[in-house]
Amino acid sequence: MTTLQPTTSQVAEFERTWSEPRGFIGALKTINNIPVAHRYMVTAAVFFLVGGVQALLMRIQLGTANNTFLSPDVYNQLFTMHGTTMMFLVVIPFIEALASYFLPLLLGTRDLPFPRLTALSYWTYLFGGIFLYSSFVVGAAPDGGWFSYLPLNDKEFAPGINMDFWDIGLSVAEVSAIGAAAEIIVGVLRMRAPGMTFARLPIFAWAMLIVAFMLILAFTPLVVATAMLELDRKGLTQFFDVARGGDPILWQHLFWVFGHPEVYIMFLPAVGIVSHVVQTFARRPLANYKAVVMTMVATGVVSFLLWAHHMFVAGMSPNAMRFFMIASMLIAIPAGIQVLSWIATLWGARARWTTSLHFVAGFIVLFVLGGLTGVMVASAPFDAQVHDSYFVVAHFHYVLIGGVIFPFFAGMYYWLPKITGRLLSERLGKWNFWIMFVGFNVAFFPMHIAGLLGMPRRVYTYETGLGWDVANLISTLGALTLGFGVLLFVINAARSGRRGKEAGNNPWSSDTLEWSEESPPPSAQFVSIPVVHSRHPLWNEGETTQRDVVLTAVPARWRGALCVSLRGAKPESIVHMPGPTPWPFLMSVAFVFLFAGALIDSGILAVIGAAGTSVTLVGWFWPTKSERMAVSEMATHDSHGQPPLGIAGPLANGWWGTLVLNVVLATALGTIVASYLYLAPRWTDRTPVDFTEMLLAWLAVLTALVGAVAAWWGGRDRNLNTADRRRFGLSVGFMLDAGLLVLLWWLYAYHETSSTRSIDALGSFYYLMFVFQAFITLLHFVWTGVSLVWAWRLPRDIRGLAPASNVALLSYFLVLSWVTVAITLYV
Amino acid sequence: MPRGEGTINKLNGGMSRAPIVAILVVAGACAGPQSVLEAHGPAAERISNLWWFLFGGAVAVYVAVVGLLIVAIRRKRDGSRDGGDNSRWFLRAGLIVPPIILVAVFVASEQASGVLHGAHERADLVIRVKGWQWWWEVTYVGIPPDQDVVTANEVHIPVGRRVRLELSTGDVIHSFWVPNLQGKLDQVPGRTNVLWLEADRPGVSRGQCAEYCGTQHTHMALLVVAESAEAFATWLANERRLAVIPPDSLSQRGLAHFAAAGCAYCHAIRGTPSLGKYGPDLTHLASRRTIGSGVVDNTPANLASWIAEAQRIKPGNRMPNVDLEDAQRRAIVHLLTQLK
Repeated sequence: MTTLQPTTSQVAEFERTWSEPRGFIGALKTINNIPVAHRYMVTAAVFFLVGGVQALLMRIQLGTANNTFLSPDVYNQLFTMHGTTMMFLVVIPFIEALASYFLPLLLGTRDLPFPRLTALSYWTYLFGGIFLYSSFVVGAAPDGGWFSYLPLNDKEFAPGINMDFWDIGLSVAEVSAIGAAAEIIVGVLRMRAPGMTFARLPIFAWAMLIVAFMLILAFTPLVVATAMLELDRKGLTQFFDVARGGDPILWQHLFWVFGHPEVYIMFLPAVGIVSHVVQTFARRPLANYKAVVMTMVATGVVSFLLWAHHMFVAGMSPNAMRFFMIASMLIAIPAGIQVLSWIATLWGARARWTTSLHFVAGFIVLFVLGGLTGVMVASAPFDAQVHDSYFVVAHFHYVLIGGVIFPFFAGMYYWLPKITGRLLSERLGKWNFWIMFVGFNVAFFPMHIAGLLGMPRRVYTYETGLGWDVANLISTLGALTLGFGVLLFVINAARSGRRGKEAGNNPWSSDTLEWSEESPPPSAQFVSIPVVHSRHPLWNEGETTQRDVVLTAVPARWRGALCVSLRGAKPESIVHMPGPTPWPFLMSVAFVFLFAGALIDSGILAVIGAAGTSVTLVGWFWPTKSERMAVSEMATHDSHGQPPLGIAGPLANGWWGTLVLNVVLATALGTIVASYLYLAPRWTDRTPVDFTEMLLAWLAVLTALVGAVAAWWGGRDRNLNTADRRRFGLSVGFMLDAGLLVLLWWLYAYHETSSTRSIDALGSFYYLMFVFQAFITLLHFVWTGVSLVWAWRLPRDIRGLAPASNVALLSYFLVLSWVTVAITLYV
Repeated sequence: MPRGEGTINKLNGGMSRAPIVAILVVAGACAGPQSVLEAHGPAAERISNLWWFLFGGAVAVYVAVVGLLIVAIRRKRDGSRDGGDNSRWFLRAGLIVPPIILVAVFVASEQASGVLHGAHERADLVIRVKGWQWWWEVTYVGIPPDQDVVTANEVHIPVGRRVRLELSTGDVIHSFWVPNLQGKLDQVPGRTNVLWLEADRPGVSRGQCAEYCGTQHTHMALLVVAESAEAFATWLANERRLAVIPPDSLSQRGLAHFAAAGCAYCHAIRGTPSLGKYGPDLTHLASRRTIGSGVVDNTPANLASWIAEAQRIKPGNRMPNVDLEDAQRRAIVHLLTQLK
């Protein structure tokens, strides 16, 4: 690959192309990763302070026995919202912010693969957070616990809209988490700098890649579970009611299949941050890089095998208990190796004791303690005593504040100079660290003792004489100290913004690519895409001069990024990236209508929301001028030795995004089927399957199968000039989809008339699967239709290739889902 | 939250808190009427021993890891660009040592595992404990000749005898937890979870619902009274009896007001026409130590204020403030104090 020396005007044009639009409207249209990440960070920080204030209010209430500072209702709302806020509105969004900001910089690329999705995630998160908090305004804040157990939170025991706020508000986290997952997976797999093989991938990128897969496998079941809960609450289904063949324990399984991996979803990014901080300030490469990567993978895998330790005392068979006990203990091994690797890196390194490294050392001291109490509660008999006691509250705050928030602070002291261009005060930083560290221990250590003394969680007060008074008073004082420590960070950050020393490109002499860019990085990151030859490019290959680069200021007139091969990280294609657009913002506004409609059962609002979503979706995919420019430019300039434009198939990111969508949908389907199989043994009085219904279902399978063959055949046609084959394939697929929809309707109508019972769990699964199939089939139908329209526009416009090959991918899932439904319900 | 004279201090034989705290801080030992580590029976004893084993191991590992961190920080620079051989040693240690420790933890846990579930087969006394928002219904099953005996918020057991507890719920999920005696077990709709209980000394242990169950999850306490076989037999025989309403006019008026004010809609006094099933059975209320599921001591003054303003004492609970004239309330309180 040759690199032509760019002219100044070309660089100027490149910078103009990547610049953010100005003004208020411009701010709504901005989709560049950095401004969106800024918003994410600031919003998450605000929610962090809000969640912290909630914690302090609870601590004040518990400071003395029989306190009447808070009423039980308010207390219950506060602990529900504290947990919900910290999990869904603070940690996960903050991780998304870090990913959005630093992944492109670490990988040496110009943005993440789906910038509009990032923007959509952010706006949805912001509006969803406001939506959730508006519950306080109407006096109906969620009060059923962040885990929303049933039947406490079904319509009978929680008739208010409090938990509807919670349930619908969670879609916020779900949308943005799954969006982020797609973003990260495709970003890390495809958009690394040339030469950045997986063996050279920065640890943080590894961590985020693993986390992204976990996000899909954990949050998708949560989507399904919260949808089931909301359907139950609306009276449309009955999944969790024992009297109707359901089971509240099913909810616990679904929730913790999400909830426990969630802990490691929060922890692995911390592992990434800590690894970077340690190697930077130890001034040597991370010890046991490969082992650390493998342990992160192991953590990710094992984290999905131990959810039921949250249910040790719900009544469990001894064998199940053994399995989950072993899995829960196993997870300590990778964590131990990680900790020892950081210590090995620091071993005799004479590290620079910056504030950032202080937070890392504090993290190790706290996290190891939290890990050890974690092994304790993994012991089922011991857990029987401390489960749902303050011992567990102490344990998970050591893990989550010690193991996640402390690394976040380390990360902020490390990366904020890159973000703002100014250094934080080290002096104030050390005060910040020590006050937080001492405050944290004073607040949470006594909770171990309160728990052992028998104090349960989620109590708004306690009586004197149980021996809990002193421990609680100390905890409250510690919590206030911790709060003060956090405030010092706010002061330090604000102060550095105004008076901090200039950071320069690389204040810490770090090794990874983000430090080769200016601080703060320009809108147009990486005018030249660096070529990487080692794991520590800035240490081994010099900082800015004489680096090996490609694509300098190319493409200039439209936003383009380089994609590399999975193996060897060789340049494979150039992809077109979207520019500023209002659609993500508008779509999230439409979502607000959907939320509100679902909340208050308003058909009008829901219809407005659905219509808005459809309109914005069309706008979103409407071809832009710059896309056309990319196609025509690349068609004529194909000979510069540059990789081709990735329009369709595996060369384009959309194809990979569709693959991720398939994984998401398969996970959702798997969750539904697993739930069905879990409950099925209870339905002993089940009527045999109706033959006509069965026939219809298998006819649908056949239809989907033929449609998939047609889509595959048509989608493989990449000829740019004639498109007869594609047109034919898509037409067949389109008609078969229409047939599928008719079949589905028939099936539904037939089932409704033939089943005479009132709503029960089995009937609810029919309903849920029909709705799921309707969604998938309709999606495929519309997608095929759009591809067909594009196919007719050939050869004038070749962009239609992408939807045609992507819809073929979705066809395979359509077959899979029809087969699954037919086997589950009709065999 | 107003409450009567400290139930707990009395139960605890006047043990003051200051020395407890001192012990806690110094030795990490924990004693208390609801403490996990103050075992009044073999199950809690077993778990308490397990805890000390886990605690010892954790301290050792913690000291080792933090010690390594400190040494790592303090060591002179060894000059190597990377950790060199050291890294490999740390990795080996991480691969070998934790699994050994975890196997030990698993084996110890396995040995203690029967504590929760097994070993209730030979129990011949069956007690059903049903959780309700926010109190406990306690039923002694098949008391000879063949009668179920119902009470609330107080479980009496004979010392040294293994008791089978059948845990269920009338509404949402609760969790039965009496730390002095046994680990907790949830009460889940549609299931009966079985737990065994055994006390090896007479005394009162306090328990509390351990699964968040709504507004008044906090005030859902119960007492387990372990007493000698004779005392238990006497108590049970008394509980079996129907209520005997004294003939004095105040008691009789109390009974009339009890029905008229709607108390009977929820509460039962067996032996009278009042047979409500939504609230605790009051047939032998006067023999119980607390009211409102442990929220206040069972004294005439507390009974009176509980009737008048249950919503102030335990906000959100199912018992309404009952609007009565003082004389009426006095009569009802008098009646209730006669229900021995």
